[in-house]
Amino acid sequence: MTASPRPPRVDESEGRPSGVDRRGFLGWVLAAPTLLVGASAFGALAGPEAAGAAILSPPEPADLYDLSDLITDATLPTSMLVKVGVETDGTVTYALPRAEVGQGLTTAVAMIIADGLDVPLDHVRVTLADARPELIWNQFTGSSSSVHTLYRPLRAASALARQRLIAAAAARWSVAADTLTTRNGVVHGPNGRSAGYGSLSAAAAASTLTAELVSIDPDLAQRVVGSPRSRIDALAAVTGRKVFTLDLAVPNALPTMVHRPPTINATVASVANLAAVRAMPGVTHVGVISTGVAVRARTFGQCVDAVRALSVTWAGGTVNGQSDATVLARLKKAEIPLLVPKVPLLAKTVEGSFTFYFRSNSPLETNCAVADVRPGSAEVWASLKNPIVTQQTIAKNLGLKQNQVRVHVSEGGGSFGRHLFSDAAYEAVEASRLFGKPVRLMWHRTDDFRHGRTHPMATSRVRATVLGGNVLTYEQRHTSVATDFTHGLGEILLATGAKLPGGNLTFAQTVFMLTQSLPYNFGVTSQLLSEVYRYDTFHTGSMRNIYSPDVATARELITDQIAAKVGKDPFTFRKAFVKEVRMRAVLAKLGQVGNWGRAMPPGTAQGIALHSEYKSRVGALVEIDCRPATVNRQVPDAQTGPRVTKVVVVVDVGLTINPRGLEAQMQGGAMDGIATALTSSLHLVNGHFAEGSWDHYFYTRQWNVPPEVQVVIMPDTTGSPGGAGELSAGVVMAAVACAYARATGVMPTQFPINHNQPLGFVPLPTVPPIPQSPTDGLAHAF
Amino acid sequence: MPNHTFVLNGEPVVVEVEDDVRLLWVLRDLLGVTGPKYGCGIEVCRACTSHINGKAVNPCSVPVGDLEPTDEVTTIEGLPATVGRPLHPMQQAWLDIDVAQCGYCQPGQIMAAVALVRRAKAAGRTITDADLDAIRNICRCGTYHRIREAIEQGAAQM
Repeated sequence: MTASPRPPRVDESEGRPSGVDRRGFLGWVLAAPTLLVGASAFGALAGPEAAGAAILSPPEPADLYDLSDLITDATLPTSMLVKVGVETDGTVTYALPRAEVGQGLTTAVAMIIADGLDVPLDHVRVTLADARPELIWNQFTGSSSSVHTLYRPLRAASALARQRLIAAAAARWSVAADTLTTRNGVVHGPNGRSAGYGSLSAAAAASTLTAELVSIDPDLAQRVVGSPRSRIDALAAVTGRKVFTLDLAVPNALPTMVHRPPTINATVASVANLAAVRAMPGVTHVGVISTGVAVRARTFGQCVDAVRALSVTWAGGTVNGQSDATVLARLKKAEIPLLVPKVPLLAKTVEGSFTFYFRSNSPLETNCAVADVRPGSAEVWASLKNPIVTQQTIAKNLGLKQNQVRVHVSEGGGSFGRHLFSDAAYEAVEASRLFGKPVRLMWHRTDDFRHGRTHPMATSRVRATVLGGNVLTYEQRHTSVATDFTHGLGEILLATGAKLPGGNLTFAQTVFMLTQSLPYNFGVTSQLLSEVYRYDTFHTGSMRNIYSPDVATARELITDQIAAKVGKDPFTFRKAFVKEVRMRAVLAKLGQVGNWGRAMPPGTAQGIALHSEYKSRVGALVEIDCRPATVNRQVPDAQTGPRVTKVVVVVDVGLTINPRGLEAQMQGGAMDGIATALTSSLHLVNGHFAEGSWDHYFYTRQWNVPPEVQVVIMPDTTGSPGGAGELSAGVVMAAVACAYARATGVMPTQFPINHNQPLGFVPLPTVPPIPQSPTDGLAHAF
Repeated sequence: MPNHTFVLNGEPVVVEVEDDVRLLWVLRDLLGVTGPKYGCGIEVCRACTSHINGKAVNPCSVPVGDLEPTDEVTTIEGLPATVGRPLHPMQQAWLDIDVAQCGYCQPGQIMAAVALVRRAKAAGRTITDADLDAIRNICRCGTYHRIREAIEQGAAQM
């Protein structure tokens, strides 16, 4: 079974002005001693927006029904199971069935609940739910879908809770409910009477499951939503009290690491010195698991010593001997031909061919998990975007029933797509079963780069035809090493379907089609995806913005070329060809705030790019300095090169929940875009990636950060929140590429642009697989 | 196994472990002090940055056997005590600017920032863009811009 797009339908939110929804919702009061409610939310359809200028392009699938619609529809049937509770002390509780990995989701949902219930934000306590198989597709975090899927059910559930609390107060005081008001967690009645929510919670509760219609009070909307709020976990983060997976105090879960192979997916043939390593200081267990040799010890330092001491012979490996060049050759061979329809003879052609190398989605917290496997049960803790599939897979692997496996979702130290997969959780379970002891399993940084998930290498070919100032056709052929989508969308059936022959490609095509939309009227358009290799040949996965950074970068570079061909500057050209009204407004704001067209010295330039995804619109204007004095500046063990000196991001997410959080997401995505355009990639050399350290994998560092970063949030346009978690990564990458082309006069075609320069580091050996920690830290005190 | 004595966040501690185990693992695995994070183990990412005798150090690269009984180790948990307030001004600046996203690197960022400002003050100068450019701590969420703002605010209050 695979997901296939349903007949296109128009999102109800598109084109509707910001405002409050008076429609009724069906809610559920669940049987519980204190108030516990859930609610569902279905809505009506509205017409699409009219397009604007030039030769209109018909709407593409992603314009009408996109990936966030697919996920939202999949979550609707179970949205009433997402429960909001009110405790007797007035605390509002919500166990969020999503991951929090830094994107600010817990804060955003707390804000939505605070508005719906009319409580102060600090009364709302959001925790991360354990795996709940009854939620089926409604416990999946990805594709920037979370706020979009949760907004309506949460508003309805919290409004229902408030309605029940008012009804309880009305009954207690023998007055009509419509004479009562609420403010900041207190119900107020006639004659100065008042009651805190906590004191009403038991009376508002139901002894059996009760259906109730609820309407949302327009006066309560957007008191908290739409105002800038700090993260609800900010204090914990700055005091070191925020608890991540490896900080959990699980008794006797001793440090565990894995000795990994010198090439991707090789397996252990034999180990020469198991007994000797088992006798090393601190070591308790050593044994072979499917991905290598696991060691358990009193400290991680002693795990490192043991991993380095192991002498292992390897077999197999899925890419032995392969390199960037061999993968590129295979991609080139698989490219679907460009088939330009018949156009007039005088039409001019603009085309380009682009290569995007492997990139790592490794967060700062490496893959890790805690597991305690016992006869007849297993318990796991990890940052998981897909906990139900994790639970189901562990149960299958251990021969247990699903309800014998408890899966706890912990706070994640970043994700960027990494936690769609539960690689560390499966390893931890395997090691815990083998050793018969709880384990606290952590990947070494070097492993996380060399064996962790990557954004697959890809090529993009684009050809457009232009005649008399118009664009007649636009074709894009994206060819990629297969992206592993076997995580499905949260439930094992889809995940399993993706593993069947052809299943992953169908899924990939669906994701591609549901995410890629062209923001311009370029006449007859076609964008196609093809993939090479099986999904598990490399360790791939969706990395922040999935296909978009590459597809958008190729598209925006060619758009600048087309503009040049018709004698217009990049801004003026986009203004004439942009498809719809929200994007046009974003572009206008970008030009104004970013001061497009200002005079700049030779070797520096502006670049501009637009992108539409997840029901949001985003544009970026950057300035880059490619002058020799900047490019050649020296920082020890660092990649300098061209410096982006200014970034302006303008974003319209339809409805902004938390402007401060949205700004943070745009700033973070901009750092990703700068890195993937200029410096950060993995080099495949002889079956393994050369990078093994943050001083090799050149993600943006302070010396690359633009001195000026500005985010402009457009006024709400649709009344419904679009996606934001990945939004700026692709568009900033594209804008940086466009700026680089204008500053240097050469359109870049290889990304990141430094990829084929001599390696800027000395690779670590592959045997032993991880480096020893230095011993001279005190000498570097500052 | 030898005993090691040092001062941790103002209190003397004794821990029994081999000399060559790095301080990061002594703190995290044996003493349960989890503010300093693992991000690389090779003194690159700086997520474990803490202070030894007031200077920034990466405990992933300090064998515990190198510590003297009088050495004062301060982790993020002990930072407020250095100013005798519930929060250090740098932590307050971090809250005011809402710097953290996932938060994993932030204890190390804050400890590095405090040491940077102390060093500049000791040299009788204020923080410059060049100082900020030279900070090596990784933030994979990309909070760098807010980090720079927070350091400038925190420095003004230190």
